Order: sequence, then structure tokens, then C-alpha cells
Amino acid sequence: MRQLQEQKASKEQNNNNASNNHSLVTMLHQIQETYNYLPENVLRELAKEKNIPLVDLYRVATFYSLFSLTPKGKHKILTCTGTACHVRGSEKVTEEISRVLGIQPGETTEDGEYSLEAVNCLGACALAPLVVVDEQYHANMTPAQIGALFNGVRKSTCQDKESSHCHCSSVAVGSKEKS
Amino acid sequence: MPSLQSRINTAADLFRLQETLQQRASSNNRYIAVCGDTGCSAWGSKSVKDVFRDCLEQKGLAGQVGMKFTGCLGLCESGPVVIICPEQIFYQKVQEEDVEEIIDKTVTRGEIIPRLLYQDVLSGETYTYMNEIPFYQKQKRLLMGNNLKIDPNSIEDYLALGGYSATARALTEMTPLEIIDEVKFSKLRGRGGAGFSAGDKWKECYDAVSDRKYIICNADEGDPGAFMDRSLLEGNPHSVLEGLIIGGFAVGAREGMIYVRAEYPTAVVKIKHALHQAEELGLLGENIFGSGFDFQVSISIGAGAFVSGETSALIASIEGRAGEPRQKPPRLAQRGLWGRPTVVNNVESLANIPVILREGEEYRRTGTDKSRGTKIFSLVGKVVNTGLVEVPLGITIREIIEDIGGGIKGGRSFKAVQTGGPSGGCLPEHLLDTPTDFEELNAVGSMMGSGGMIVMDDETCMVDVARYFLRFLQDESCGKCFSCREGINRLLEIIDDIVHGLGTPGHIDLLRELSVVVKDSTLCGLGQTSANPVLSTLQYFEEEYRAHIKDKKCPAGVCKALIHFSIDLEKCTGCGVCKKKCPEEAISGEKKEIHEIDPERCSKCGICLDTCTFDAVLKC
Ligand SMILES: Cc1cc2nc3c(=O)[nH]c(=O)nc-3n(C[C@H](O)[C@H](O)[C@H](O)COP(=O)(O)O)c2cc1C
Ligand code: SF4
Ligand code: SF4
Ligand code: FES
Ligand code: FES
Repeated sequence: MRQLQEQKASKEQNNNNASNNHSLVTMLHQIQETYNYLPENVLRELAKEKNIPLVDLYRVATFYSLFSLTPKGKHKILTCTGTACHVRGSEKVTEEISRVLGIQPGETTEDGEYSLEAVNCLGACALAPLVVVDEQYHANMTPAQIGALFNGVRKSTCQDKESSHCHCSSVAVGSKEKS
Repeated sequence: MPSLQSRINTAADLFRLQETLQQRASSNNRYIAVCGDTGCSAWGSKSVKDVFRDCLEQKGLAGQVGMKFTGCLGLCESGPVVIICPEQIFYQKVQEEDVEEIIDKTVTRGEIIPRLLYQDVLSGETYTYMNEIPFYQKQKRLLMGNNLKIDPNSIEDYLALGGYSATARALTEMTPLEIIDEVKFSKLRGRGGAGFSAGDKWKECYDAVSDRKYIICNADEGDPGAFMDRSLLEGNPHSVLEGLIIGGFAVGAREGMIYVRAEYPTAVVKIKHALHQAEELGLLGENIFGSGFDFQVSISIGAGAFVSGETSALIASIEGRAGEPRQKPPRLAQRGLWGRPTVVNNVESLANIPVILREGEEYRRTGTDKSRGTKIFSLVGKVVNTGLVEVPLGITIREIIEDIGGGIKGGRSFKAVQTGGPSGGCLPEHLLDTPTDFEELNAVGSMMGSGGMIVMDDETCMVDVARYFLRFLQDESCGKCFSCREGINRLLEIIDDIVHGLGTPGHIDLLRELSVVVKDSTLCGLGQTSANPVLSTLQYFEEEYRAHIKDKKCPAGVCKALIHFSIDLEKCTGCGVCKKKCPEEAISGEKKEIHEIDPERCSKCGICLDTCTFDAVLKC
């Protein structure tokens, strides 16, 4: 009995050490970093390569909110919906971003420019409500500031300022542009 | 002089190096501390720091005046915070343009620049030195105090303050049992939420027989509205690392792990750097201090799941599975990571360990009989001074909010304070004198939790707060238990009805009844405490629920279905600002004439209310 247990333990350890180096969560992080999301074909390959049932892979990939099975936009917008941000009005801020971009949290604009993510806390709660655009923190946001904020984003990231395609000066961005 | 490249082989090596670094620090004690934590960075402290550095260089002062880009200095609301040391002259909201003046006047001539000083909103009084500011006066910063003296990237700064002495003492002068006894004697209780005795937990893992054990630092910090753990890791990573090494030695683990949430990328960078430095000096690795004890630390990164902060779920996540809790027993001290005895400690709990081993006396003198030491709270919400405060346990909540926090923002009135995160509760005005003590907070229906303290004013709707937490928990429940998965959904449906004006008088009893069921029939702490936000708001703010149900009114003006926007005919000047700003084109009116809101089109975003400078927009 004891021997059996030891055998089992040593087998477990072998398995473990293998996965220890590269835990599945870490691998998924790496894939997402490379592709910006978790593409189906890459997950299929990974499942084959690591001999993990695809369903298990998907279970992990869908359990964690930071993994995405669909491509993300060029610009990542995070809006904090944590408690500190909530009591200082983040819900209205998020609604206004949704309205301006024409997408709900978790979605990406059709042109692939922006994706909006609602997160539970960004750890800078003293500055609530917080919106992060491409890793740039914007503190004490109000719905009224959102239009100007995205105008700024458009302007600062637009590669095309000189040409006639540039719409930097329009108030709203995204698919639901206001005329 | 022992160079930093050389390995520290014995405790004596450490003390020699500490002494050299101490001398260096005291002979060169003139420096400018710029807060580099996330809060101040968001206010632009990074460029302020760069300008300081360039400016010192240009003026040929770089040799005489040092610079530190520090961890959180506490008063995040007033960032970027800059402190001129050694005098500790406190400047707030410092912009790039202010830098040259600070160097010319304050650094070179000792002159104060009044416009950059902290000013009390109520009394109008200004304060020059950090320790004079009321925000810091009632604090006791055993864990965070050193942030001012440490550049988190510099292990030298930490060593100059006597860093790693506690580890040296533990590994070379004490037995594991002696350490455990000392931690027990200090009565340190876990800072991650439950407040379990840290010493007892270590003893249980120490007693387990196995050739391999693990110690894990829980840096998942899932409590929304709290950032103590992040700031500790980013501001003073070696103090946490010391706690982990000592804990590993005490329980017999040679491997440690830090589980950090993915939302904290800077913390990950800072810890990696700290690990690297400790390894280079031989403070991690083989035969630390010649004690024969080997210890290594790795980092594991979460992926955004609140429930993964629960210990068994956290282990599942490290093992590469979905981070769901499992049934206990077997307890982690029996079957933890990879089936081996494991102990999980919160970041702040571990940061307390070196303090206890170095200044045990002082530690034990702090706090109440059953809740010893200090606690860091993230004081946020509708309070004047938002930021991180570290207080001796036992101080009342009123002292934190009023004396340290400076009271309610914008001259509004206090309504409630929420502690304990999604598992905690909301306390009303008449309980503000409750001391911050594990038992006392539980007795009034809240809890210490990990340290989020969210202050709410009369513009916060308590039914909406309960709804907020239920939505959070609905998202975060792993769904394993039927009564958690479905129970939270049903509670939320009822509350949704109430905020949409569809509440019935029977709803209140139903909420209470259902809450008990969910509490009693779920597996992990998430489910067991999920009804607390509902129960505590019902307990202290039942009137507000009744107003929603009976009068179909939201007294705080938050629940959209129950509020309406209109324009005050007396006050409207016809300036047209609201009309221009309204995203729904719901406002009509000619220039200089009274404007009007079309209730059909209005989405109740509140932009008109925020933008009207004549207070002419009404919300009722
Ligand atoms: C749903 C849930 C989430 C939790 N999240 C965290 C967390 O993010 N950080 C933490 O330190 N403890 C968290 N805990 C508490 C841990 O289970 C555990 O009590 C703690 O890490 C133990 O460390 P301590 O004794 O030092 O407090 C959570 C518990 C539950 C039930
Ligand atoms: S109580 Fe909820 S979160 Fe906890 S294990 Fe059960 S279903 Fe999952
Ligand atoms: S609340 Fe918003 S939608 Fe309604 S009138 Fe005012 S600005 Fe327009
Ligand atoms: S609650 Fe928004 S940053 Fe913490
Ligand atoms: S982030 Fe600078 S004081 Fe807290």
C-alpha cells in the first residue's frame, strides 16, 4: 500500500515538474501576448502538443476573465468598475465610453481600433473613477470628459493627420459616430 | 568595503555590508523622494522625476542631492507627491514646471514654496513637514514608513535600514519552532481576510511530515477598491520576501511562490527585480547565511478571477487548472500544492514578519489584545484624503475617516463605510466609533477583510451598493455550488426589480430568507459571505429599500429608473452648454431662452447636471 502511494507520488511529481516549468495559465498568457488573443488553431495545436484534451484547455481559457477568444483592438481601453470607482460614478463613465465607441465592455469596434474591457480594480483606487487607455491612466473621470479624452487618443495616435482621411477632429469615434 | 557583487555568506557579512551602506546613507542624506507608485504615476510623477534628475544634473547638484523614486507615500489623492529629505518637506500636486523652483528655493536655500504645501480643506491651514499633516498624525507606519527611504529597485536602500537582519536572526540564531512561537506570541493574524493566527497556521504545516513543502504568498488582491498589497510589493518588495524566506524556514519549505494578479504588471517587474538582487547576494538560493537552508522563489501570475484568491483555488490556478475552490479537508497543510503540505500567507501578513522579529516589543504594544499590530487600509471613495493609511489596530473608524481622511469630500454628509470587500458590510454613522478590531467589526455585521475602506456619502444609494456587489459576485462565482450560482442570481434579480421600481413589500423578507440559504449551503468563503452586502445594507438602511419599493424613489438619486432630470426655469440662463453636451440630443431651447429636457430621449447620463454652471439642472 505504502509502496503504491509512493509510486503514485513520484508519478505525480514527474507530471508536476513537467507542468511546473510551464503551467497552462502561463502558456496561455504567452499565447495571448503573442497573438493579442487566443486563436483557435493555436489552442488546437497546443492541446495536441501537450496532450491535453482541448475541452480542458478551453475550460481554463474561458474561466479566467483576462483571456480572450476573439481578437482585441489596436487600442485597449480599460474602465475600472471596482467599488471605489463605482461609488464615484464609474458606471456612468463606462456607459458614456460604450456610447461613444458603440461597443459594450468585452467588445471590439468593427474597425478593430478599440476594445473596451471592464475590470474589477486597477489598484489606483484613490484616483477613482479610473480609465486606462493604452496603459495611460486617466484619473477622476466624468462622463463629460470622455468625448475629449477619445478625441485626444484619436489625435495622438493618428498616423494619417495630413491626409484627407483623418477624422481626428470629429467629436465621437467608433461605429456609432454622431453626425 | 564589501562590494555589492560579493555574496553574503554569513550573518557577519550582512552586518558589515549594512553598516557600510548605513554610513553611506547618513553621510549623503540629502535627497528628493518622488512617489513613483501607480497613483502618483497616473498624475505624471514619472516625468516629474525625470525633470528633477535632469535639472539636478544641469545645476551640478547631482553629486550632493540624491533622488529616490519611491513606493506609495500614502496621500495618493494629492499626487504627484514630492518630499524633500532629510527635513521631510511635503509638496503635493507637483508639476514639471515646479521642479526648477523647488531645486532653487527649497533644496538650495531651504525656502518653502507655500503654493505646493498640503492645505487642510476645512481649516485652510497649511503644513510644511510630512509629520505635521493630520493625515499622517494618527497613523503608525511600521510597514509603510520605510517607503520614503527606499527606492524599490535598490536592495542597498533596504539593507541600509537593517534589511535582512530578521532573516539572518531567524536562520542562524533560531529554530523553526522558536520562530513559530515568536510569531504566535506576537498574535499576528492573517491580513488576507479571515484573520487566522499566522503562528498556528505555520505550526500546522511545520507538523506535517513530507520531504517537500511549499509556502505561497497570496498577492491576488481581488478585493476591488483595495491596493495595499500591490503597494507593499511595489514599494518595499524585500520586506515581503523576507517574510517569505523566514516562513519557508519555519515550516520547512524550500520553495516559495508569489501568486500575483495579472492586473499588477508593475508589481511583477518589481518583485522579479528584487528576487534577482536577493539571489545575487546569496539571500536566496543555497545555504543562506551558511545556515544550510536552501530557498528559492518563483512567481506565478493570475488571469483575472476573484475566486482564485481563495487558497485552494489559488493552488489549482498555479497547477494550471481553472482556479476553483475545493472541499476542505484535506487541509492545505496536509494536501496543498502538488499534493504537498503548503501554507498560504497574504502579502501584508508576510511583511509583518520581519517587523515582529526585529521590533517584537513595539509590535506587541500596538493594537488591541486580540488584534495586534497595524493594518493598512485603502481609504477611498467620498473622503477628502484618499490613499493608503496604516493605523494601529483598535483605532476607531471615525478617527480614520475624519481625522486621517479629513471627512467627506465636497462638504456632503457621511452615509456609510464599507469594509471587508465583497464579503464585508456597510456601517452607518452611529457605528463609526467601532474600533478596527477583527471581533468588533464582525459583531456589527462587517469585517476587517483585507483592508478596503470605501466611504460613501448621501449621494450613494445603498440598494445600488448591494446590487453592485451581487453583480460582482455573480460574475466571480465559480459556479461549482448550486446555491452560490443560483442564489446570487436570484438575490440579484430581486434587487434589480427593486431598483427598477418593480419591488414589492414581500421582497425584503425574501432577500433575508434567501441570504441565509446561500450562506449556509456553499463551499467557499465567496458563497458563504456573498449575502453580507445585502444583509448589512438591509440591517442599517432598510428605509432606503422601502423608499425604492413603496415610494418608487431613490433618495440618493442613483437608480436611473427612479430619477428624472429637468431644468429649473428660474435658474436657466439659456447658455446652451447642456444642450451642446447632451449626448442624446434630449435638450432643446434657443440661445438665451429657457431650455427643456425631453424625458423620452433622456438617458439620464447626468452630463447636463455636471456641466451646467448655474445649478439649473434638477435631479429628482
Ligand atoms: C473568494 C475569496 C477570495 C480571496 N482572495 C484573497 C486575496 O485576493 N488575497 C488574499 O491574501 N487572500 C484572499 N482570500 C483569503 C485566502 O483564502 C486566505 O485566507 C489568505 O490568503 C490567507 O493568508 P493570511 O492568513 O495571511 O491572511 C480570499 C478568500 C476567498 C474565499
Ligand atoms: S461557494 Fe461559490 S465560488 Fe465558492 S466554490 Fe461554491 S460556487 Fe464556487
Ligand atoms: S441627463 Fe444626459 S441625456 Fe439626459 S438631458 Fe442630461 S445630458 Fe441629456
Ligand atoms: S476600484 Fe477602481 S482602481 Fe480600484
Ligand atoms: S501613489 Fe503616490 S502617494 Fe500613493
